[in-house]
Amino acid sequence: MEARAEHVHQHRQEEVEVSPAAWTDGKRYAWLLGIVIPFAPFIAWGLAGLTEFEGFWFIGPVLVFVVFPILDLAIGLDPSNPPDSILTYLEQDRYYRWCTYLFIPIQYAGLVFACWLWSSGDLTTVGNVGLALTMGVVGGIAINTAHELGHKRASSERWLSRIALAQTGYGHFYIEHNRGHHVRVATPEDPASARFGESFWAFLPRTVVGSLRSSWGIEATRLDRLGRSHWGPHNDILGAWAMTVALFAALTIAFGPVALPYLLIQALIGFSLLEVVNYLEHYGLLRQKKEDGRYERCLPEHSWNSNNVASNVLLYHLQRHSDHHAHPTRRYQALRHVDEAPQLPTGYAGMIVLAWIPPLWRRVMDRRLLDHYGGDLSRANIAPRQRQKLLARYGVVR
Amino acid sequence: MTAYRCPSCGYEYDELIGHPREGFPPGTPFTEVPDDWPCPDCGVRDKVDFERVAEDDVE
Repeated sequence: MEARAEHVHQHRQEEVEVSPAAWTDGKRYAWLLGIVIPFAPFIAWGLAGLTEFEGFWFIGPVLVFVVFPILDLAIGLDPSNPPDSILTYLEQDRYYRWCTYLFIPIQYAGLVFACWLWSSGDLTTVGNVGLALTMGVVGGIAINTAHELGHKRASSERWLSRIALAQTGYGHFYIEHNRGHHVRVATPEDPASARFGESFWAFLPRTVVGSLRSSWGIEATRLDRLGRSHWGPHNDILGAWAMTVALFAALTIAFGPVALPYLLIQALIGFSLLEVVNYLEHYGLLRQKKEDGRYERCLPEHSWNSNNVASNVLLYHLQRHSDHHAHPTRRYQALRHVDEAPQLPTGYAGMIVLAWIPPLWRRVMDRRLLDHYGGDLSRANIAPRQRQKLLARYGVVR
Repeated sequence: MTAYRCPSCGYEYDELIGHPREGFPPGTPFTEVPDDWPCPDCGVRDKVDFERVAEDDVE
């Protein structure tokens, strides 16, 4: 039954055969804008130097948490999809992957530049802190780039993914996300799926600790099968963390210990940015258990989506999240809007800011989640401690 | 030797090749792979969802 529904759906989309020459990708050159973010420390330096206004060192957070939410509101939505007949062609076009590869050398040039600035003593404390926040935002968006690359089959791209993660010390994400989160998404067992009634500030420690623990478990199981030690060179988590230790050590030796506290601050901000995106991607959504005790497979209804153009360009179509969970190896340029997917009221950039302010988040999202489940809260992923309270408040809406 | 395909992404577990990185050396029969082993490429489906690939269809 499931397979037939899928077939009918695909058939409908494939009615019109389109040749690659007859279709142009409206976002093709927009993807290059993704590298504006790793350029942020250089832009900040240029603007702060020209104007002597220290506020420019905060350009990273201002771009992502102020400018992009406004751009989302101003530019609006684009639900258009590439025709199915062109997806393979689109995925094979190497231009798109180079847009993501390019991110990484600029990311690291920026990190070295930032360490040089911190060590130079030219900036005031306000400037240094602003630059640390900006580097944190670069590191967080780099996790998004790492996410795109880490899902690919090519080992070269998986390597690039780990390099991009080194700045934030989040190398275990590569394992936990692909083998943990994607398997258990939208279930209470997934540390990276937020629950109805759970504030971002409660979710943050749960996902950080839970994802770490889960990734270690996944890697330990693999190493057990191989008959290798958990604490040896074959452990990919330790390998990824070693990359971060080597990076921070090299930067500390090169620029002095003054850089180290800022490196740690930016890493903390970077992975917190990833986790706030995790928070909003599956908030309250739940896969139902089947009779055999297994969860139903992940469907479009299990991810929050958005078609806001600005945030979609910033995040390589991450907001077409249902299609990403249906086809995790699919390249970003080929991800599609799905009609059945629940939609957020604005792009991920604006939703991040809402998530930081739990009363606002609840005001916007609880009603949406309730509508999504037709008033039947028993079908939502509810925070256990909030369960009684929430069922009492919303329980008999039907 | 037989191959089994992930119905989501098309990854094939070929018993001849196994998946050495995951701890299944070449020649490991699919029956020895744990039921809850998720597809190593997409993670969307588990081993029990995999479909047997016809002998003449192995890529």
